[in-house]
Amino acid sequence: MRVELTVNGQNKAADVEPRTLLVHLLREDFGMTGTNVGCDTSSCGACTVLLDGESVKSCTVLAAQADGRSVTTIEGLASADGTLHPLQRAFQENHALQCGYCTPGMVMVSMSILAENDTLDEATVREGLEGNLCRCTGYHNIVKAVLAAKEEMGAEL
Amino acid sequence: MTDPVQQEQIIGKRRIRREDPKLLSGENRFADDLVVPGALHLVLVRSPHAHARIQRIDVSAAKSMPGVVEVFSGKDLESEWAGPMPCAWPVTAEMKNPAHYPLAVEYVHYAGEGVVAVVARSQVEAVDAAGAVIVDYEELAPVLELEEAVKDTALAHEDLESNTSFVWALEPNPEAVDAAFRDAAVTVSERFVQQRLIPAAMEPRAMVVVPSPMGGDYTVYSSTQIPHVLRVMLALTAGISETKLRVIAPSVGGGFGSKLDVYAEELLCLALARRMRQPVRFTEERGEGTMATIHGRGQVQHIELAANADGKVTAVRVKLLADMGAYLQLVTPGVPLLGAFLYHGVYDVGAYSFTCTGLFTNKTPTDAYRGAGRPEATYAIERAMDSLARRLELDPAEIRRRNFIAADKFPYESVAGLVFDSGSYHANLEKALDKAGYSDLRREQEQRRAAGNPRRLGIGVSCYVEMCGLAPSRVLASLNYGAGGWEAATVRILPTSKVQVVTGTAPHGQGHETSWSMIVADKLGISPDDVEVLHSDTAIAPYGMDTYGSRSLSVGGTAIYLATERVIEKAMKIAAHQMEVAEEDLEYVGATFRVKGSPEQQLPLAAIAFEAFTAHNLPDGLEPNLEASISWDPPNFTFPNGTHIAVVEIDEETGRVQLVRYIAVDDCGNQINPLIVEGQVHGGITQGVAQALYEEALYDSSGQLLNASLADYLVPSACEMPSFELDSTVTPSPTNPLGVKGVGEAGTIGSAPAVINAVVDALSDLGVTDCPMPATPERVYQLIQQASSK
Repeated sequence: MRVELTVNGQNKAADVEPRTLLVHLLREDFGMTGTNVGCDTSSCGACTVLLDGESVKSCTVLAAQADGRSVTTIEGLASADGTLHPLQRAFQENHALQCGYCTPGMVMVSMSILAENDTLDEATVREGLEGNLCRCTGYHNIVKAVLAAKEEMGAEL
Repeated sequence: MTDPVQQEQIIGKRRIRREDPKLLSGENRFADDLVVPGALHLVLVRSPHAHARIQRIDVSAAKSMPGVVEVFSGKDLESEWAGPMPCAWPVTAEMKNPAHYPLAVEYVHYAGEGVVAVVARSQVEAVDAAGAVIVDYEELAPVLELEEAVKDTALAHEDLESNTSFVWALEPNPEAVDAAFRDAAVTVSERFVQQRLIPAAMEPRAMVVVPSPMGGDYTVYSSTQIPHVLRVMLALTAGISETKLRVIAPSVGGGFGSKLDVYAEELLCLALARRMRQPVRFTEERGEGTMATIHGRGQVQHIELAANADGKVTAVRVKLLADMGAYLQLVTPGVPLLGAFLYHGVYDVGAYSFTCTGLFTNKTPTDAYRGAGRPEATYAIERAMDSLARRLELDPAEIRRRNFIAADKFPYESVAGLVFDSGSYHANLEKALDKAGYSDLRREQEQRRAAGNPRRLGIGVSCYVEMCGLAPSRVLASLNYGAGGWEAATVRILPTSKVQVVTGTAPHGQGHETSWSMIVADKLGISPDDVEVLHSDTAIAPYGMDTYGSRSLSVGGTAIYLATERVIEKAMKIAAHQMEVAEEDLEYVGATFRVKGSPEQQLPLAAIAFEAFTAHNLPDGLEPNLEASISWDPPNFTFPNGTHIAVVEIDEETGRVQLVRYIAVDDCGNQINPLIVEGQVHGGITQGVAQALYEEALYDSSGQLLNASLADYLVPSACEMPSFELDSTVTPSPTNPLGVKGVGEAGTIGSAPAVINAVVDALSDLGVTDCPMPATPERVYQLIQQASSK
């Protein structure tokens, strides 16, 4: 079947099997390997992307369900000139990543947390990150990074 | 004569990581991200049984499925192997090591063992075809529990006479141990279980082998911690010349020991690429990875302490049963030995005895998992010290004070035969107690108890010492370890004066590119941004011992430091020649060679680098180029140490344990990049807390892994963890010129006993003296019920 969607502002299309998952569409058909697969039970969140601005685990969304919609992946955050998004910068400045495998998912879910909360505290951030697993950082610096990004971005979101 | 011009200090300053922009923008490539045209996909049919004989394999239906290229059984591939899967640590000469191959041939010995290899044009087609393979098994009785395995009533390997692989003992003074227990005013005897853990690095294992059939060579891309060791082992096992194998570890998404191994799938991809003359790739699904990737821990520990009436420990006696799982993987039998020397912990005890029995079971093989042997040792002694404190009605902090190895005793020759490099154990404890507000916490605990508050407070203390930087190589030889403990480094200054560092370490999240550039830049007086770090590719870095056991900085970082020194020495010769002065009259400050006393006479390093490149005017006999290579074998291990304090709240009505505060004071020697040090401690603590409260590989009575998915195996999320309160002490290690010790495993080693000591402490007024790991709500609730009904 044919799916047409916007990925990071660009129009994309592919012919896929109906059972194709969004994450596989991104990785295999579009060659966008920034979005990672860490499990097969929708538990780890490594594959989190934004679908029409809301964070979803792209392993629980069929490619067909994304037809006609807009997807944002980790590749779409930095500016064209290579400037990191304030959230990406906060992750770097706070050492919120080590191996980096969960990082795309962590960043994308954090985009949602920032967008959905006018004010943020540690407990809210931790709750927001619950569906995303990290084995390296113990979450301490991820939480710090999200709070720092909120501070930095202020009312921007 | 010193000069007022100061070179900027880089070592010891927080520096953000150069690795991050790529990882934060999805630009980097993990093994599964690599696009290889024409690559075939390997999927394995795995044994559903823990122990069985393979009766019949029917692949005819699978072979006719769409996209299937070939289907192989273990028998089909027997001719591919020059030898069985490697174990590099035969701990005793008599050790039993049943031969095993990438695919089972006649018997299977754990659920998840590979039986049939399906190769298809796509992953989806391979998975579909694997479902059509028919295998008939004759089920055999599985051996699952260590205390049963040791009785040999059933055998994990039908052709072995016993489940015992080896017995390894360290008994430096058996008479003294006996005497100490005979004369003891008080003794403690405890049995602890180190449950099996699933490492669960976030990146599932992935690999692709690209052959060049006409050239006869192979490039292996694998999510491995050990590209160098892997190359040697693949060459020996697949019978391919080492010169024809290039191993590259691309971005690797965490390891924690689970990628410190040589795996069946790596050998299969290589052998099938050779056989089919096409690239072959494999990416593990999480649900199979939990069975097919090694597990950690798996021990039953018996620890006894003898002490005098003041609580001074006079002897420690330990007997271990250690679960090897079904087969010996790369360093499986050596894991308990890494703890063998440390069961007396940070305490000055006179007599010591350790015995370990390594046992086969019909479960996934175990191997090194973050800490490897040392978390187990620390857990046993730190739990037992709390038991001793309870017996003597002493505060847990006080019992430790009375037993510490004093700061003025370093270097300290331990009863187990090690020489501890440096430490200030008293200072660690006092700093941690202060930071925690220990006496206030105790007061609050008393108040809650007096008020009958159902939210119980528990405070747990754990003091640890561990051994890192496994070396010198000759000591490893005495332990029968099959490799050395050295590390290689090359530092070269390029014509434009940019610096290239080649390291044999293989980072997978540790930020070596950043830290190694800091070491070199600090020494050379240049910016870290001008230092490139190359690694994890055997064609670029032919020598290396890779990354595990918190060794990379203390061994690999030191090699880089020493190579940098050598480069400066060579540059000094060129500078002296150019400036027509004696070398002794020159000094190197701020990337410049200057005449001592007349700093206006100077030549920058950049000029020397270019001279070394053109070689137009070098001293007689000096080779062109500014480059030095070092292989460094340390004179001793390093011994990181610290005190961790956990504060838990237990809900009496649900049994739920909540970790509310966590204080850690660690001494990892000098710190290169405190930002990275803290990150390592955070992650380490979390993995120890995970063992204490959440994680356990659960098997049913037939040997099925019950929690094989991340939906069932409870890797903690952000909601389960608090923010951490960290501090440090610094006693530089005299073992290396950087004074560093290592920090990758420290957090994991210190944390599990701190948490369980806190759990037991919270319930101690009810008479509870132990809580098995993980301290699940159900377990804790039952402990409370049983204690309350007494």
